[in-house]
Amino acid sequence: MSEKDMKKVGAPKQKVGMTDTNLLLTITIVVFFAMYIGAILFQGKGFLKPQTFLNILNANASLIIVACGMSIVMITGGIDISVGGVVALVSMCCAVYLDFKGGNVFVAILIAILIGLAFGMVQGFLVAYLDIQPFIVSLAGMFFARGMTTIVNTKPFNVANEQFKQLKETRIIVPGLGSVNKLGKYVNAYVEIGVIVALICVIVLFIMLRWTKLGRGFYAVGGNQQSALMLGINVKKTKFLSHTICGLLAGIGGFVYFMHVGSGSASHASGMEMNAIASSIIGGTMLTGGVGNIIGTFFGVLSLSTIQNIVSSAGLDQAWWTGITIASMLCLFLVVQSVVMARSKKKTQKK
Amino acid sequence: MATSKKETGAKAVLGKIVRHQLFIPVAALLILAIFNLIADPSFYKITLGYSNDGNPILSGYIMTILDYGSELAILAIGMTLVTAASGGQDISVGATIAIAGSVILRVLCGTESRPETLKAPIIVAFLVAVVVSMLFGAFNGVLVAYFKIQPMVATLILFTAGRSIAAWINNNELPIISDPKFGYFGGFIPGIPIPTTFFITVICVIIIMLVLKFTTLGLYTQSVGINESSSRLNGLNPAFIKFLSFVILGICVAVVGLIKVSRLSTINYSVVAKDIEMDAILAVALGGNALSGGKFNMTASILGAYVIQFLTTTLYKFKVQSDALPAYKAIVVIALVVMSAPIVRDWMSKTWKNLTKGNKAKEVA
Repeated sequence: MSEKDMKKVGAPKQKVGMTDTNLLLTITIVVFFAMYIGAILFQGKGFLKPQTFLNILNANASLIIVACGMSIVMITGGIDISVGGVVALVSMCCAVYLDFKGGNVFVAILIAILIGLAFGMVQGFLVAYLDIQPFIVSLAGMFFARGMTTIVNTKPFNVANEQFKQLKETRIIVPGLGSVNKLGKYVNAYVEIGVIVALICVIVLFIMLRWTKLGRGFYAVGGNQQSALMLGINVKKTKFLSHTICGLLAGIGGFVYFMHVGSGSASHASGMEMNAIASSIIGGTMLTGGVGNIIGTFFGVLSLSTIQNIVSSAGLDQAWWTGITIASMLCLFLVVQSVVMARSKKKTQKK
Repeated sequence: MATSKKETGAKAVLGKIVRHQLFIPVAALLILAIFNLIADPSFYKITLGYSNDGNPILSGYIMTILDYGSELAILAIGMTLVTAASGGQDISVGATIAIAGSVILRVLCGTESRPETLKAPIIVAFLVAVVVSMLFGAFNGVLVAYFKIQPMVATLILFTAGRSIAAWINNNELPIISDPKFGYFGGFIPGIPIPTTFFITVICVIIIMLVLKFTTLGLYTQSVGINESSSRLNGLNPAFIKFLSFVILGICVAVVGLIKVSRLSTINYSVVAKDIEMDAILAVALGGNALSGGKFNMTASILGAYVIQFLTTTLYKFKVQSDALPAYKAIVVIALVVMSAPIVRDWMSKTWKNLTKGNKAKEVA
């Protein structure tokens, strides 16, 4: 009975306006589709080919995974800027293990996951139980990961492990999306394994955030720590777990990145943390915590990489255009967020 | 009785020293200094040499620390104000330094990439760079103060775009200035064997100390950082104070930009002042200032900057690769923040009390 009452009370509220999460998510998805359609209209047929879209996915599978982890930390009200460093460290360690030690691919995957978990747990402990600012902790984490990468091995090199090469070159054919190339041959559309991993991550995390106790705990802690504490949520444990999950995903993302590039280098994934944060913000995750959506993050990554593609195919090849466009896009979304925040604050004050 | 009183007096003094904000940077400096003294006393050797033009210059590790630590100290001044007012840090300083340097070169060189003579006086170029950096600081400030975006994220925008903008200003060319006078700012003035950057820092420090002493900037900044809404109720304008702190940081950035381009007489957009934002934040943290805003101690921050440079130079001396340097710095950072975390401090003081109590109990027994 009480549930019904709750619904009755809740129903008119939802009709008044969209929640912040939904509004931001809608903006992101609309912007993405508008951009893609614009690209098709003004940049010619290149963008019409399904493979162009799939290539964006192929190149950004690792970013999707890493950005998902970032979103979870951001929803909980923290931030983790060590993810780029962890990705570089994972790919270097796996490369050294596979190439110099002639190791097994499955052990390499295990190494990747363990490195990610270790970073996540240490940072989570420092943030949650010692109450240190997440920015500083993960800043140190980033320093440490980048430094360790060069200590493990200085020179960049390609991996020649047979087992790994097989895995790297595995292509999964997407039925029905192939196209006819210039020679009149039918070419199958394909995705790499990483994309499948990324999609699984997105789905699992989406379900977790929406329907599990832990997932709701993330929102509660990010929204208001005090009231979450009073609701009986273990705030420290929740924060710890959010960082642990982010670290784990950075490890997985690191291996996916490694599968895509097939080499180890200290300069890998430079600036990836900033791209991950930017995608999360574009996807409607609020930095103040409590608001966000994994689907939005997914579209955020796609928007970011589509804009990069548009810029480079528009002939604005000079390197600076990419930076400037991404930054202006980020700026736009941040301002939109802050306006939305101000609006919802006013609403609650009126009530 | 008397002895016990003396002891408590000594204890109180000791406690005062330990609790003083300057304790952390001074202690870190002492530890580093003693470590170097034991490991290799030649670290402190200063030799008087002559540069290629026959001017006397002092060289040695200590001079390197003075020289390069000065850039950090200037940045730390601005970063301390931003941290205190907004409770966040500006991570775009490295990128804005690139912009300021690029502007200076653009004004000095015009459109030529290797001009015979300078197109404008250096002071004009510097002033233009100051204005431009203040504008970029103002951009950050508006986002933080008026749109209420978290500082680290608002500055993320310039962090991503800054180096691109810097390259764009000079059309991606790398102008080289041949005028030897331009090199004075990052090197040595003929006849004076101490690096010029040190004098620049002294000037900056004197200015900021005077400002803090004779204006209400320091007080207002701290009150905004401690409690924004109550300082608003007391008639302050928190948004403007925050905005102002970012603009002041812009001035500091322009000064460092001048030093950076003067060192090389040219610029490398992707490398110049790389990771310097991290060092600047570290300097503020090392100075014992709360990174969540509020009270600050300018002297501690400036000292912190030199300690960071001391650490970097020590690591370089022990042949640590420049790329591996961050790993060691990270360990230092973590050790520092863990030590200064309130929870850990409480725990430590508790265990200390328990220990001393235990001793006393034993004595009684």
